[in-house]
Amino acid sequence: MNILLEIGSGICLLLGCFLCLSGGVGILRFPDFFTRMHAVGVTDTLGAGMILIGLMLQNPTGLVLLKLLMILLLTLFINPTASHALAKAALRNNLHMVLDESTDKGGDKPSKP
Amino acid sequence: MNDNKVTLEEKSKYWPVHTLSLGITLSLFWWINSNYSNLLLLSLGAASILLVLFIAYRMDVIDHESQPVHLSIKIPGYLLWLTKEIILANISVVKHIWLGNSSISPTLVTIDASQRTDLGKVIYANSITLTPGTVTVDLVGDRMTIHALIKENIDTLKAGEMDRRVTELENKC
Repeated sequence: MNILLEIGSGICLLLGCFLCLSGGVGILRFPDFFTRMHAVGVTDTLGAGMILIGLMLQNPTGLVLLKLLMILLLTLFINPTASHALAKAALRNNLHMVLDESTDKGGDKPSKP
Repeated sequence: MNDNKVTLEEKSKYWPVHTLSLGITLSLFWWINSNYSNLLLLSLGAASILLVLFIAYRMDVIDHESQPVHLSIKIPGYLLWLTKEIILANISVVKHIWLGNSSISPTLVTIDASQRTDLGKVIYANSITLTPGTVTVDLVGDRMTIHALIKENIDTLKAGEMDRRVTELENKC
């Protein structure tokens, strides 16, 4: 049982590390602010989540589990708000935006036919 | 004066369950963070929770928006579905990160939200932002401006699955 938990925890931590690394690579690679924000989204959600779940499996009984769960919940509530504030500020200040040429820039269609 | 009375009546209909919910949340938060069990510290904790409840009551922030207890039956199902969506979106974004710049097609579009209440719109907008690959940039009335990393993400949103689920969640109340 213990060895299973150790292996599961290790897999989760490895996956989380890979996702965080991918997020970092995305920040360096993508062309503009908005696309970079999407790369950070990976680190924010599943990257942090996987690392926290891995840490939870290290100590599955006890108060540490609850504390880690709380951190996970707070992260998931705070991140979208922060991302939205950043994106809105960037749009209001007319930050340069790279858009795909083939798409309709107006794109002002309703979501339902 | 008259308006005041109406809001007070509405409040008395709502606030016991919302105050209780806030009190339980605060107690859990205090206990998880401290884990003390001697009488002096427990009573000090209870006193601080009561103080916070009083301040929140005077600030008039205890209502169905800060404590959405009416959603608590349906929210676990929605969160499970959202987790699945987040994992799928993560895989797609990571794939595009490693494939490089030529594989992405950044798009900015405006879509309609069909939710009636502010709470529903906020849940929808935050769910979109939480999913990697799409960010809600602006929300005016019931029109949302959304920036997406890949064009297909917008098509998925326009298909309206998430919109439908959030509206269902909100209608239950």
